[in-house]
Amino acid sequence: MNAKIKETLLNPIFKGNPITVLVLGICSSLAVTVTLKGALVMALSVMFVTGLSSVVLSILRNTIPSRVRIIVQLVVVAMMVILVDQILKSFEATYPIDKQLSVYISLIITNCIVMGRIEAFALGNKPFPSFLDGIANGAGYGLVLIVVAFFRELLGSGTLFGLQVLPSCYVTNNLVILPPFALILLGCIVWVQRSIQKDLQEK
Amino acid sequence: MEYLSLFVKSIFVDNMIFAYFLGMCSYLAVSKNVKTASGLGVAVMFVLLVTTPVNYLLNKYVLGPDALIDGVDLSFLSVIIFIAVIAAIVQIVEMVVEKFAPALYSALGIFLPLIAVNCAILGGSLFMQQKEFSGVGESCVYALGSGIGWFLAIVALAAIREKMAYSNVPAALKGLGITFITVGLMGMAFMTFMGISL
Repeated sequence: MNAKIKETLLNPIFKGNPITVLVLGICSSLAVTVTLKGALVMALSVMFVTGLSSVVLSILRNTIPSRVRIIVQLVVVAMMVILVDQILKSFEATYPIDKQLSVYISLIITNCIVMGRIEAFALGNKPFPSFLDGIANGAGYGLVLIVVAFFRELLGSGTLFGLQVLPSCYVTNNLVILPPFALILLGCIVWVQRSIQKDLQEK
Repeated sequence: MEYLSLFVKSIFVDNMIFAYFLGMCSYLAVSKNVKTASGLGVAVMFVLLVTTPVNYLLNKYVLGPDALIDGVDLSFLSVIIFIAVIAAIVQIVEMVVEKFAPALYSALGIFLPLIAVNCAILGGSLFMQQKEFSGVGESCVYALGSGIGWFLAIVALAAIREKMAYSNVPAALKGLGITFITVGLMGMAFMTFMGISL
């Protein structure tokens, strides 16, 4: 693996993380972090959508007039999201997901990570690096989701992936399940990351 | 009375920002000062008010089961139709505003085209679909309420951030970190409205 590909893959995970550094895609992400399962489904869906739509738009990049590119991007992304939605629906009988999550799956269309990476990377690069960039950004996003979901499910319900982890004498903390706590956790993640990486600190 | 309760509920109880986290990206990015924040707030409110009823009609008369052709359910297409309608309406609104209200146009600036990819707008349409309103009136009231809720939220955060410039925040928390925590605390305050039924 050469250095450039490695850089493309690893940068979005920590140093250029889409959520904590670029502040993209916070919109639809925080409501799905109550349980680890929901976060995992969301993370995989976003990886799928960012990866594939980056490839498609990277292939089309020389044929799209720049004036109508936003609409073309939206259509391609919407197509991928419908694909994910239909795949999830087909597994609904065996692996049910809640109704709340399905709205947020549809909202991946307006997730700024997807559009942001297409604008910033896929429109100026070959399909293969664009694919890696899409997947890596999806993964960086997913990583933050999973960290947040881990704490929220552990403290809020005493379970992980629905299995009881903490002893039953633990009194579940309902505050953690409420949406605002996700933001506070995210603030703490930013705090930790910026303490390690001093160059990200704002003046 | 029904409309009034839906209106108040969509502003406070189902607040787009604090209950559903919709439109968070631009909410965090454009809340540095009150003036631009209120510009974006007005734009979001306006676009929500136009797009939600249009999507309601499309959903009812074109996409729903048996709506267009008997036995055909087009609702799997709803997301792509909604986003296309939103992108088109934003474009039209931009042109109309530019022609008839140049002052408002220059005040809104870049925010108007960017609203097409604001999750709050698409979210408004998707929640409208999920809530199964009985008429255009209800969807209008819901859209207006959600828009006002979004406006209030962004102006409040912008005002807090303006004041926060004078406080002593740890270096690593400055900017993004403390904004997240502030929004979290504001969300908790809004939680007091939860479960109120009018």
